[in-house]
Amino acid sequence: MKTIIKNCKVFNSDKDVVYVNDGKFSEAFAENEADEVIDAKGNTVFPGLVDIHVHLREPGYEYRETIATGTAAAARGGFTSVCCMPNTLPVCDNAAVVSGILKKAAEAGNCRVYPIGAATKDIENTELAELGLMKEAGIVAVSNDGKPIPNAGLMRKVLEYSSDFDIPVLNHCEEKSLGTGAMNEGEVSTAIGIRGSSTAAEDIMISRDLILAEYLNVPVHICHVSTMGGVRMIREAKARGVKVTAETCPHYFTLTDACCENYDTNFKMHPPLRTEEHRLAVIEGLKDGTIDCIVTDHAPHHQDEKDVEFSNANNGIVGLESSFALSYTYLVKTGIITLEKLIDLMCYNPSSILKLGRGGMNVGDDADLTIMDLENEFTFDKNKMLTKGRNTPFDGWKLFGETQLTMMGGKKTYEKLC
Amino acid sequence: MGLKSKDLLGMKQLTPEEIMEILDTAKTMKLVISSANKKTSHLQGKSVVTLFYENSTRTRLSFELASKYMGSASANISASGSSVAKGESLLDTARTIDMMGTDIIIMRHPQSGAPHSIANRIKASVVNAGDGMNEHPTQALLDMLTMYERFDTFEGKNIAICGDVYHSRVVRSNAIGLAKLGAHVSVYGPRTMMPIGIEKMGVRVASSVADCVKDADAVMGLRVQLERQKSSLFPSVAEYSKFYAITPEMLKLAKPDAFLMHPGPCNHGVELPTAVYDCDQSVINEQVTNGVAVRMAVLYLLMARRNNL
Ligand SMILES: [Zn+2]
Ligand SMILES: [Zn+2]
Repeated sequence: MKTIIKNCKVFNSDKDVVYVNDGKFSEAFAENEADEVIDAKGNTVFPGLVDIHVHLREPGYEYRETIATGTAAAARGGFTSVCCMPNTLPVCDNAAVVSGILKKAAEAGNCRVYPIGAATKDIENTELAELGLMKEAGIVAVSNDGKPIPNAGLMRKVLEYSSDFDIPVLNHCEEKSLGTGAMNEGEVSTAIGIRGSSTAAEDIMISRDLILAEYLNVPVHICHVSTMGGVRMIREAKARGVKVTAETCPHYFTLTDACCENYDTNFKMHPPLRTEEHRLAVIEGLKDGTIDCIVTDHAPHHQDEKDVEFSNANNGIVGLESSFALSYTYLVKTGIITLEKLIDLMCYNPSSILKLGRGGMNVGDDADLTIMDLENEFTFDKNKMLTKGRNTPFDGWKLFGETQLTMMGGKKTYEKLC
Repeated sequence: MGLKSKDLLGMKQLTPEEIMEILDTAKTMKLVISSANKKTSHLQGKSVVTLFYENSTRTRLSFELASKYMGSASANISASGSSVAKGESLLDTARTIDMMGTDIIIMRHPQSGAPHSIANRIKASVVNAGDGMNEHPTQALLDMLTMYERFDTFEGKNIAICGDVYHSRVVRSNAIGLAKLGAHVSVYGPRTMMPIGIEKMGVRVASSVADCVKDADAVMGLRVQLERQKSSLFPSVAEYSKFYAITPEMLKLAKPDAFLMHPGPCNHGVELPTAVYDCDQSVINEQVTNGVAVRMAVLYLLMARRNNL
């Protein structure tokens, strides 16, 4: 199978044609040899995006999302590689579940899926899970996302044992004794009478993990950083040579806790939306390289799990289909970062943190790519999403950077219907 | 005449003019309560349902009498003994009640924002009778009626509120309502029960009971839930009553004609010594009467709006 994408701008290159042969980027060939010629209409071809923090819900919660629908959403968002968190049912804490996820992902064929294993059995924060066997089965990291590893002694063991197998550890940082509220603790939570979760809850656990990583001289990756204190501590730790990497999500640099004022549960997630000064600190962290990557923390929920009282509503929002457009519109269009930096954050850096080897566009590399329209504004419409979840706070937002086509290994995984 | 919104969700949603209209109407309603024939026809042919997910004797009774004095058909639903207990969602329950032709749903719920989450999904008017730690607007209105009967204006008046501010929807509603009418609210309580950022609601956080009560025109005590002890919010009743209660000595620091209020039910000897509860300055019993009057006014004005549409 030979494909030509013509009439395009190629990211970071002066080329205007892309040649794909047998699933790989290839040398030029004549147009009459091509099985398909795609007219990119002047849009930009990027390497396929990489998201190292998503929840695909399968096995166990197929009513929220399946691997097939989640990866279809990923492709629509321009992603060709995603890493899925282990809080499924059963929990992804053993090699059999890992293999099952990989099999389903291959069947769906929408996106490369790299499973993340639970660090402890059943995410119960007591005994270590079989990290080595899971690594053999294909995990690329371990995490107890959603159930932060609560004590320093256990976190130390997870970091130490994972380092034997060269498995990155991703921790969701929230000290639960300070962080059980339904939104950020502050003047908004006080005014609307919702129990708050403090920035101190996140900062305390980030500081603990940084101290352990430095003490043990092992790497640690901090999930979805949302606080000014977190950004500052990670920046300082990096300057000292601590092996720390960090991620944040589009909602932490586009929204604040003021959005919760009307008890709209599509603004409820953990960590919670913070105040403006924290939002600005996250942007600063993205700018200066303190935060290495943008992830979505894509968390589909059923309507019935969100259509309830604020405190009873499930945490999380879907994000795969809005991530690039939000990031492009709010970070690049505004001049805060360059387009090159955005692709570092959404492709090269996450790929290298988990050693996925993605993002290459040289001859012989897997033809993972996405074509984005950077010129025309579009309205983000929740009803057009391919995820099963409808829990997005961005419905109706005017954005730039709409995906036109995504290709994984030379195969079209998404094409916008005109 | 009437209210701008279909619902009464909180003092946040009311304008100063609407607050004054409710208080003026309540003054008239008080005449009905004190008359021999407690019957008006303002709600004749209308139906009012109380939907309580939290136990409450006095608020519920107060609403029930208010609607009965005005001639409505009324029904009561409690969280226990109905489909609510069987796990039906709040929205489904509200829609069911709505479809039975209910005009007004009076709702109490342990979760903040619960009435807001149903109000714009149903046709009936929703009256918030207390939602979590958020608001309890009719309590604030009855407190304000009690003040209004003694003040010519709220402008520049000092109101002191002492106790468990963190968990109190009464404080939030009073702070918002009183600020809208130009009064100065001071609050004080254990730091463990003082929510972060409360000063952004326009209240002053005092440094002691004395500092809070000094020169007050009205003093309000708040109920302390004794089970808060278990979550380490305060160590003992003895310690609480020694350092945080409104004692007769403290009350002397207020203005000479100041009066004492409490939303009830009161833990005698904890937040208020019994001597204070029963003292000449106490208007606590009158607040109960005013509660019915204010609720009659709210129901009347909401119905007036419905009738005008
Ligand atoms: Zn998380
Ligand atoms: Zn997550």
